[in-house]
Amino acid sequence: MAKYSMHILVCGGTGCRAAQGLAITESLKKEIDENNLNDTVQVIETGCFGFCEKGPIVKIMPDNTFYVQVKPEDTKEIIAEHVIKGRKVERLLFVDPDKKEKVSDSKHMGFYRKQLRIALRNCGFIDPENIEEYIGREGYEALGRCLTEMKPQDVIKIIKDSGLRGRGGGGFPTGLKWEIASKNHADQKYVVCNADEGDPGAFMDRSILEGDPHSILEAMTICGYATAATKGLVYIRAEYPLAIKRLQVAIKQARESGLLGKDILGSGFDFDVELRFGAGAFVCGEETALIHSMEGERGEPTVKPPFPAESGYWGKPTNVNNVETFANIPVILIKGATWFRSIGTEKSPGTKVFALAGKINNVGLIEVPMGITLREVIFEIGGGIKDGKKFKAVQTGGPSGGCLTTKHLDTPIEFDTLIAAGSMMGSGGMIVVDEDDCMVSVAKFYLEFTVEESCGKCAPCRIGNKRLHEVLTKICNGNGTREDLELLDNMSRVIKDTALCGLGQTSPNPVLSTLDNFYDEYLEHVDDKKCRAGVCKSLMQYVIQPDNCVGCTACARVCPVGAITGERKGIHFIDQSLCIKCGACIEKCKFNAIFIQ
Amino acid sequence: MAKVKSLADLRKMKEDLQSKVHLREKGDNYENLVQVKVGMGTSGIASGAKEVFNFFVDELEKRSIEGVVTQTGDMGYNFAEPTIEVTIPGKEPIVFGNVDMKKADQIIESYIKNGELVEGILPENYDKIDNK
Repeated sequence: MAKYSMHILVCGGTGCRAAQGLAITESLKKEIDENNLNDTVQVIETGCFGFCEKGPIVKIMPDNTFYVQVKPEDTKEIIAEHVIKGRKVERLLFVDPDKKEKVSDSKHMGFYRKQLRIALRNCGFIDPENIEEYIGREGYEALGRCLTEMKPQDVIKIIKDSGLRGRGGGGFPTGLKWEIASKNHADQKYVVCNADEGDPGAFMDRSILEGDPHSILEAMTICGYATAATKGLVYIRAEYPLAIKRLQVAIKQARESGLLGKDILGSGFDFDVELRFGAGAFVCGEETALIHSMEGERGEPTVKPPFPAESGYWGKPTNVNNVETFANIPVILIKGATWFRSIGTEKSPGTKVFALAGKINNVGLIEVPMGITLREVIFEIGGGIKDGKKFKAVQTGGPSGGCLTTKHLDTPIEFDTLIAAGSMMGSGGMIVVDEDDCMVSVAKFYLEFTVEESCGKCAPCRIGNKRLHEVLTKICNGNGTREDLELLDNMSRVIKDTALCGLGQTSPNPVLSTLDNFYDEYLEHVDDKKCRAGVCKSLMQYVIQPDNCVGCTACARVCPVGAITGERKGIHFIDQSLCIKCGACIEKCKFNAIFIQ
Repeated sequence: MAKVKSLADLRKMKEDLQSKVHLREKGDNYENLVQVKVGMGTSGIASGAKEVFNFFVDELEKRSIEGVVTQTGDMGYNFAEPTIEVTIPGKEPIVFGNVDMKKADQIIESYIKNGELVEGILPENYDKIDNK
């Protein structure tokens, strides 16, 4: 049995593979073989290192040497020099862009990585059901410092100075929110954690609650201390059973350890947290609707002002923050506002967690400093588009956001630039769309969602969105006209201006932004009755090409509605009035005789 | 569970824990144990992380490997669930993706027993706050 003393890792990410990663692996194996090193050195291909711009990457363990831009012809030297003689191949080492020095140990080159985990610092690291693991990683240290060494106004000042903005989507300065809540006096105040994550494709908050529930409890307690609130509530949707269970375990453990409850850490400050379950209504992510839902009322928004900071839960001052916002708090208090400001951009400091979904290779959770470009997120961290297809757009901000296209690929991602580009940060879902998706259908999909989720209180949202959806359906069915496009645009703007709450005001965004960026696709739908992506079924026809049809009858037998007729060994025909466009025939045909028109 | 009564208490606890984290029940030789962390967020569990977790618990025992298996949250590599992190004493932790029973068996036989890497390694592609 081989006992390897050295491992050579070759990056097998999409970028490096495209740049001859495979040839490098082969060549390394050949060299090892020729030098009789088979029993001591192992070559293995790995996932993406996330450093595609300097690829292909080769890493040697155990000494952590990191070679960049390696070519197949370099492998001879790597084996001869590094593996056999133990001398690093200097010319292939990465050069630190700031210090202009070569970096030989990759442990000291964390800066190359695009991702920085602040909110996700413990996620996938600690056992979420064990408070000791959290404490072992500086957990509750920030709370301890606040309670024993700081006044509430000092805590607020640090959060204000850090420039942290609400990660739920709005981007309101968190410190300011806390300050307003702290200035409103009442016999009872509340801290609420908004865990009603509802955007399609978003699962950041769920992952934080499942992976690091104590960080949220700690941050809520700190917020309670800063705003003089003694009760905390987590509003979480019942569809997140695992997150609920882990939160319950965490609350129990924190109470037993005296980190929740009366006289926390001997400071005389009392704070406790309870859970409130939501039924998964999208509108309840809006803070006034959320509060009504917690009170047992219908989840309907009310006009602001009064803001919850003045009159919230049971009419008392209430501070509502999102899960990810809270997850940042303990780190900011330990590391300081200046440290936090050094990350991200001036107007949007810190990082943002995104849930990458859709037609992208590396679906998953990422946390990146604000200001990173969409190109870096999609093509480097995300590993590019699935099956080598062409990138078309990315939908950010869910049903309230818009799409960003190729022309936005180099726009830095932060709150204000995204709004300027016609989308929004939202809570952090990013759905990647490729050339096989029809933008009119994408807009229709989101409208379907908003129509379903509208609470029905105000007319613009209740009726307007329904009408928008009808017009989009008409276009997708091939009955649209140019006037409909104007109507879409007009109606969207009216809804935006007149709806009561955030849901209604932002619901036409997917329509407006697709109209802006993909007007040609809309025109094709209404003028040419054509859907270039082949998604809108009413606009396509399955047709048999007589030259290729041999009359095998396979298609006629598989057709579920009997739309295909024809004699054995004769040319077949599809009756368009019966065809339901299921595509079964095209799959069955061995002679490429059926095509989509 | 002992009450944490003051900040000093908390800090002392942290020091104690950092030197031996969660493995105290295993005795004091945790440094010589193989550690396996299984990412068990919703997406991990949906892809079979619970079965993988149980497999490691049972098989390490059966194959007389001194080790400890713990659950953790979502590691973020949702395209390669279930994901696990294996730490062999004295070596850097390594994350493996797409771990099914077959891969888990390979990991035990090749990597844990012989230090031989198996396909499916996910390099750490993010930076941690400790370094910043």
